[in-house]
Amino acid sequence: MAAPGFLPRPYLQHLLAALTAAGYLCLGPKVRDGAIVYEELGSADDLPRGVHDHQQPGAYRLHRDESPRCFSWANGPQALKPLLFAPREILWTSAAGSDGGITFHPEIPEALPTAVIGVRACDLAALRLQDQHFLEGPSPDPHYGVRRRNLFLVAVHCTHPAATCFCASTGDGPRAESGFDLALAELDEGFVVTAGSPKGEALLGQLPLEALDPVQQATADGEIVAAAQAQQRALPSRNLRDGLFANLHHPRWDDVAQRCLSCTNCTSVCPTCFCHAEMEEPALDGLSSTHYRQWDSCFTEGHSAIHGIVIRADTRLRYRQWLTHKLGSWHDQYGRSGCVGCGRCIAWCPAGIDITAEATAVCGGDHA
Amino acid sequence: MAAAKPRLAVHKFSSCDGCQLAFLNLGEDLLRLAELVEIVHFAEAGPVAPEAAVDIAFVEGSISTPEDEERIQAVRRNSRHLISIGACATAGGLQALRNLADGPGWSAEIYAQPETIHSLATSTPIAAHVPVDLELWGCPVNGRQVLGAVRALLFGVVPALEKDKVCLECKRHQAVCVLVAKGLPCMGPVTLTGCGALCPRFGRDCYACYGPAENPNATALGRRLEGLGLVPEAVARRFLFINNGAPAFAEAGRHWREQRILTPICAEDVPTEDRPDI
Repeated sequence: MAAPGFLPRPYLQHLLAALTAAGYLCLGPKVRDGAIVYEELGSADDLPRGVHDHQQPGAYRLHRDESPRCFSWANGPQALKPLLFAPREILWTSAAGSDGGITFHPEIPEALPTAVIGVRACDLAALRLQDQHFLEGPSPDPHYGVRRRNLFLVAVHCTHPAATCFCASTGDGPRAESGFDLALAELDEGFVVTAGSPKGEALLGQLPLEALDPVQQATADGEIVAAAQAQQRALPSRNLRDGLFANLHHPRWDDVAQRCLSCTNCTSVCPTCFCHAEMEEPALDGLSSTHYRQWDSCFTEGHSAIHGIVIRADTRLRYRQWLTHKLGSWHDQYGRSGCVGCGRCIAWCPAGIDITAEATAVCGGDHA
Repeated sequence: MAAAKPRLAVHKFSSCDGCQLAFLNLGEDLLRLAELVEIVHFAEAGPVAPEAAVDIAFVEGSISTPEDEERIQAVRRNSRHLISIGACATAGGLQALRNLADGPGWSAEIYAQPETIHSLATSTPIAAHVPVDLELWGCPVNGRQVLGAVRALLFGVVPALEKDKVCLECKRHQAVCVLVAKGLPCMGPVTLTGCGALCPRFGRDCYACYGPAENPNATALGRRLEGLGLVPEAVARRFLFINNGAPAFAEAGRHWREQRILTPICAEDVPTEDRPDI
């Protein structure tokens, strides 16, 4: 790999230009409706310059100052998941034939080569888990796969953890260690740029980079270390599987069920949750039909409904299902916890429920 | 000669007629529907045969008058499948607010000759009077809901209803949560979707026009709304609105009304200092 270089801040637009010239649609962080969301970037001027976030359980606010930096914030409600695992998409259509039979037509989407700028370490860790789920099983998902193959990832090391962040405790951040094409470390005067793949290296070669001053590298590294130390939350262990399954009747499940709205916000913003429902929408004339897949959640009735029986009818069982799967049986399924410490489920829970507090209480040996 | 087409009726009770627009606004699909079924009674669209026997009867409106009480029995007798549509028919509608008040007293105060008003003391959903085969919630219901029900019945299957909460649909649309990001008193966490999360997608808080979703935790949401700065009476009003007659909302509304405190604060009541800067 080429050595890291330094991209002076005025040349940030060159990065977008190089990606555009290479055929990529550029997505990146923008402020929309009071949050940082990933949408198409017209130019580097669209980036959230001087924007900072304040996150607490159940609350998210942005404010702006004079800082020249564009990535001085922790994650907003979504990053990569909706770009790859579409919230709703057509899987196939079917039509009645004149012979009385039915023909099926798969719908594989066309994916534009897409570059995402500003991906955080927690989301790269989540992406690895989603890749495992959607691509590495016996039946790779073609819809996810075509989008994934067309993705170019520009990571930005995180230097501004929110009060809801805990990636240091899950081992998934704040430094983006791998899984990117390019990684940026932001300083006031510009960016330390590192390539992480041959594609990234080719692109790096097109940027007007300056030699990297060791002081710049040290400053960037120091900010990332400080970001880990500044985190206020933590999971008690990277493997809570045994603790959770030993406490399936802990009174904390009843307690959290009193507070939980069973509204599915946590699973929707979770970058690793992958549950979906499928549904059929027939045309009114009954001669054709469209089969959809859309995001589902273990907090819905439909998620555990079989043949007229709802297995998890109440919130206690739904919350327990989520936590014991996410932090417990994921270890059996995917070889690690399903939590990457992004803290979204804490900030975007309208009731402000804190997964780290709940897991700690259930696993803390505090039996009733 | 093709087999006789299924016969369909659209009946109106105490309501604003808005749910019938779910049919009238269908455009070409209305013509297609008329090819698939025989529309024998739909006064707002033209055909009038209120006593006709039908395979599918859509019923809009609540039971609010003595005449309504009698007529719904006849509709039930004449209908193979009875589908109530909209907040009035499924929960008693906005007009069910009078169930919580002194309805006759209001009439006496408002009308010069209240003896000419023939209302029941309550406004109640269709299912409180006759067996209902399917309820389509919403204020108003939309074309997708009514056509979905007709199509399923024509196939001979039970219509599949959306049961998710507004929040899930909101996230599918990638809307930014207005409760978390703006502190608005959004009812999405307890409300049935079907609207496509229309209000939050346009930056406003859901006001629960599709009624309670399954497994609603109205108590916890009420506490959260209070935490956002709403006084108890304002929390009560979030529940006691279009679907005030739905049991989960009625109970929450009663609870928060009982918490009512005497306060000079007018209660519209999202604190402005909590608004985002951007």
